[in-house]
Amino acid sequence: MNEMLGATVSRAEVEDLFYHEADLLDSWRLDDWLKLLTDDATYYVPPNDKPDADARYTLFTIADDIVRLRERVIRLKDPNCHAEFPPSRTRRLIGNVRITGVDGDVITAAANFIVHRYRYNDLPRVFVGRYRYRLRRVNGALKIAERRAVLDAEELGLLGSVSFIL
Amino acid sequence: MNYQPASEQFSNSFIVENPERQTFFVNREVFVSDDVLEREKRAIFERCWVYVGHASEIKNPGDFKTRPVAGRPVIFCRDRDGVVRALLNCCRHRGALVCREREGNARQFYCMYHGWTYHPDGRLKSVPGDNAYGAGFAKDEMGLVPVPRLEQYRDFYFANFDRNAVDLGTYLGRAKDYIDIVVDQSPSGKMEIISGTQEYDIRANWKLLVENSVDDYHLIATHTTWLNYMRNSGVNVTPPKGELLPTRGFGRDLGNGHLTTDNPNYRGRPVARWISVYGEDAKADIEAMRAELVQRLGSARAARVADTNRNLCIFPNLVINDGSSVTVRHFYPVAPDRMHVIAWALGPVEETEAQRARRLHAFLTFYGPGGFATPDDVAALEAAQAGFAAWREVPWSDLSRGMGKPVEEQLATDEGHLRVFWRKWNEMMEARP
Repeated sequence: MNEMLGATVSRAEVEDLFYHEADLLDSWRLDDWLKLLTDDATYYVPPNDKPDADARYTLFTIADDIVRLRERVIRLKDPNCHAEFPPSRTRRLIGNVRITGVDGDVITAAANFIVHRYRYNDLPRVFVGRYRYRLRRVNGALKIAERRAVLDAEELGLLGSVSFIL
Repeated sequence: MNYQPASEQFSNSFIVENPERQTFFVNREVFVSDDVLEREKRAIFERCWVYVGHASEIKNPGDFKTRPVAGRPVIFCRDRDGVVRALLNCCRHRGALVCREREGNARQFYCMYHGWTYHPDGRLKSVPGDNAYGAGFAKDEMGLVPVPRLEQYRDFYFANFDRNAVDLGTYLGRAKDYIDIVVDQSPSGKMEIISGTQEYDIRANWKLLVENSVDDYHLIATHTTWLNYMRNSGVNVTPPKGELLPTRGFGRDLGNGHLTTDNPNYRGRPVARWISVYGEDAKADIEAMRAELVQRLGSARAARVADTNRNLCIFPNLVINDGSSVTVRHFYPVAPDRMHVIAWALGPVEETEAQRARRLHAFLTFYGPGGFATPDDVAALEAAQAGFAAWREVPWSDLSRGMGKPVEEQLATDEGHLRVFWRKWNEMMEARP
């Protein structure tokens, strides 16, 4: 199975993409991060009580199409984005990276994440969960068509807002 | 003003209102004190009608949701005969939760400690080894205890822990008219809570979210980035000269501590006012919804439903924001400096897939822990709470905007409607139950 998948993509290539993305997000290079996305990319954080739900029928925490995702980046770079000014310090650890399927030109992959988040005057917070990605090649480069950050917490509770890119 | 501490016995009022000077101050001790919180639990949360849930959340017999109500663990369920119940989730035997799941459909509730089981209507069903009990054990009196009072208005269920409280309809009073406007969005008069719960804590006193939910004065400073997003998307959000907001709205006193904003819409409404964010292809659909409203309600009422935004606060802790979308949000104190917020989206039951998706998209642009606005509200409330650490030296919060103006001229950017909350809060805290 993995050898067959390897014909179109290797786990090392997927890992490189995820680690690169994590570095861009942790260093708040959000415009560079947008360049990793396809022109029709989506970004989801499902509600904690319905982690497998569909955003068309379910109230999510975040369900961005590319238009709103680009606006989200504009917002995050603005000092008037009070929830993220001064910006959170985040550090993400990504592991258990797996390619979960290939369907035509779409590669699905998953990874576990731990995102530590620190803010001045605030509690340290730890976001734990699983990323589910849909990846696609655009001009040979592996791009993110969909990223879904599924939190393990039963509720956001003291995690508070998901105001940065999770 | 000189510092005058409110005494530990609360013999001084927490609120200092001066009509002559047109000032209204709230002592910040009310946001930090454990004693105040304990008194709130007794004097407010056990005496007011507090929100439990919506009938649509438990559609079928046996459906249940577990949730805290006034700090008590409650099973909100529909029994086998279709009757909606709110049962205290506490085994009559030794007190354990008899239902430990968030939601589901139950034939019975089973206490995992000693195996007592209860019917979904609360009646005790079986007790292992019940031959060990004497004559004083009356099985038919040992059911799960319901909340003392449970009543509904248009499918919104509320509990009251005071048996002698006035009925819900009387309590809601003129707030009912504003619930009606929300429900009128549905052709059948049926709204439903949409699947997916937003549940998060704010490290701030719960009363700050009452203020924030209806305070339009903060919009320009707190929500700059949301306004930018609207502008970037082609929505006109520029206030006319001399105005703080794009449209001039009002703050209304609905009696009994209930209050609302009442604003001409500029930010779009899924039912039924198109804005560019929805996309050109949504235009015809929204026009059709608008026509349905006019046909069903007449043009004046249709305009009331489709062209106004209202952030409604049902005293003490339920907010129904009928703005960019409809959110039902309630919150309760965990500690003086921490609240737990539970929020849902509400929509007409007959919405098409496209309409529902549009409603949810509009919701997430503004509301919720991942929205473009709510996280900044949370930041503002937490900043206020952090500032209150200096309450002994800087003791007064100022809610004087609009003081001295007639009631009907109180703008949503004034603080007349916030004072409605505070006066009721103060009245209940000073009453001796």
